[in-house]
Amino acid sequence: MKVITANFVTCAVKECKTSPLSFPLHFHDAELELQELDFQPEFIRNVVPRIDWDSLRVTANELGFPSLPESKPEGEALGDEQTLKDLHRLLLETQVMEGKLSEGNKSTLTSRRSLLHFVLLYLVHILQAPSAEAPTKTPPMPSTTVYDA
Amino acid sequence: MEYLVVLAQCHETFRQAELQALATLHGIDLEIIAYNEWTPHCIVRLKDDTAARALISRSILAKDILELWGQGATYEELHADVHRRTQHRWADYRHVAYSLSVDCFSGKRSTAKKREIFESFTYLQLKGPVRLKNPDEQFRVAEEYVTDVEACAIKTKKSSEPRRIYLGRWIAKGSRDVVDTHNLKKRKYISTTSMDAELSLVTANMALAAPGKVFYDPFVGAGSFLVAASHFGALTMGSDIDPRAFRGKEHERQNGIAMMQNFQQYNLTSKFLDAFTSDLTNTPLRETAFLDGIICDPPYGVREGLRVLGTRDGNPIPPVIIDGVLAHYREGFIPPKRPYGFEALQRDVLDFAVRTLVPHGRLAMWMPTASDEAVEFPVPMHPNLEVVSVCVQPFSNWSRRLMIYRRLPEGQTSDVTLGRIKADGEGVSADDLNAFRVKYNTRNILRAEQEKATQNKGDTPEHE
Repeated sequence: MKVITANFVTCAVKECKTSPLSFPLHFHDAELELQELDFQPEFIRNVVPRIDWDSLRVTANELGFPSLPESKPEGEALGDEQTLKDLHRLLLETQVMEGKLSEGNKSTLTSRRSLLHFVLLYLVHILQAPSAEAPTKTPPMPSTTVYDA
Repeated sequence: MEYLVVLAQCHETFRQAELQALATLHGIDLEIIAYNEWTPHCIVRLKDDTAARALISRSILAKDILELWGQGATYEELHADVHRRTQHRWADYRHVAYSLSVDCFSGKRSTAKKREIFESFTYLQLKGPVRLKNPDEQFRVAEEYVTDVEACAIKTKKSSEPRRIYLGRWIAKGSRDVVDTHNLKKRKYISTTSMDAELSLVTANMALAAPGKVFYDPFVGAGSFLVAASHFGALTMGSDIDPRAFRGKEHERQNGIAMMQNFQQYNLTSKFLDAFTSDLTNTPLRETAFLDGIICDPPYGVREGLRVLGTRDGNPIPPVIIDGVLAHYREGFIPPKRPYGFEALQRDVLDFAVRTLVPHGRLAMWMPTASDEAVEFPVPMHPNLEVVSVCVQPFSNWSRRLMIYRRLPEGQTSDVTLGRIKADGEGVSADDLNAFRVKYNTRNILRAEQEKATQNKGDTPEHE
């Protein structure tokens, strides 16, 4: 998962999306890989205005990057090649290969090698709380089953 | 100035739409003066050669663009038109190395006849050397005959003489070669539902994929739309409810996910963002305008199921713990899914596009239709989206359409009174929810019955 993607994803549960805790998702025990890619200044200039800067600073910090400037580069600052190159490295070239993601400080979920299983967040919801639309005749939830694998 | 665009004689309804999309992309004023679905020749008005080159450079369905020097139904008319349009410019071409060719669409000319045609143009007074390889200027006589297809479909009379003749000066060619390099037969990783290279590229063109843009496919599968959009320079990401589609089997993911092989094959690795598992109805993407384009071919529910997360009866499943860990946090957990409505899904795609597209961003969505709907086809609409074009790819007894929408800026709305207001059937099974699936699956039965009925009619002698 690239850092840029992390800036566009939040918890998949509809009810959680409105909560400030659902974004950004936090990385733990992240294993990073740097992949060299063609420098595309045009793309960075286009995409930076759409980035949530505060969240990007949080993510960069969690991944051990030197801290980003407090305010988002705009206008002339986006003409500076070094700024663009640094952002290119952080947003596009940095990949989280292995690690855990958590929402706020509540649930933690594992992420597979470069794949995201956000579906799981949704599942936590449907598995644990009967949805409002569920028919009322639902039998009482059986207690948790425990298997030894 | 007037130009002659030589189109490919296929995917007819997509051809004008692609040209118009490319004109929008490059900010070119394009006026289509003459277009006919039965012929490859289309006359357009453009500012100059530079605009013509830009317009055609990315086109998949246009082969060449020529400056129009004349046209007519007969050679007399053509010669008169050439005199009228270009007499003052002949001197400029007097000493260039040139080539002159005769190109017949759906017709043939003998070498002797071709020579005769060449000689009829001596009045142009081209005195330069004839050079067939790398000439400075290429002139082309394009003859257009009535095809069997047209004669059969709309009863146009066939003739041994061309219906229309054009003379043009060649300017530039399109990008049709890419169709061959992207051919699915040569692609490393594909699936049963991969969209063919030509239409994927046309879709990407019509969605205005270009360098610096972010494109997303919510039903990514093996990623045929992503490589097409990335070919035109967009950075792409995709998701699918079933990760096996893009991840591939064990032996296919030597270096990351299997879909990456295609990006490597076409040298597009720098254009790939991410692929993740998700469900459009419960998308993890933030509700903010950050996408320049969404291209998708949502599942039709025929070859692949139309499913979203949830349980069929809507009841929650009790949590299961395996080895001290909640089962849904373990590797390899497969979430429960339920069949989903066909119409509902299309509406969800439109809603999602409205939430995530930047102003003027485009949504390109494919949708199948059973033949009985084909006559009057209501397009799904949304007040914040403008329908830019609708193109049809017909099959024997069903067809699919590509719909292109533009995200309107805040404050503007489109008229949706003619939109599709169909709802899904009631029930929980795939057939209950998807009328298209039912029609598709029963089409052969119906056809057999019809054939039987007509046969019986013919066989039984008439009694009074």
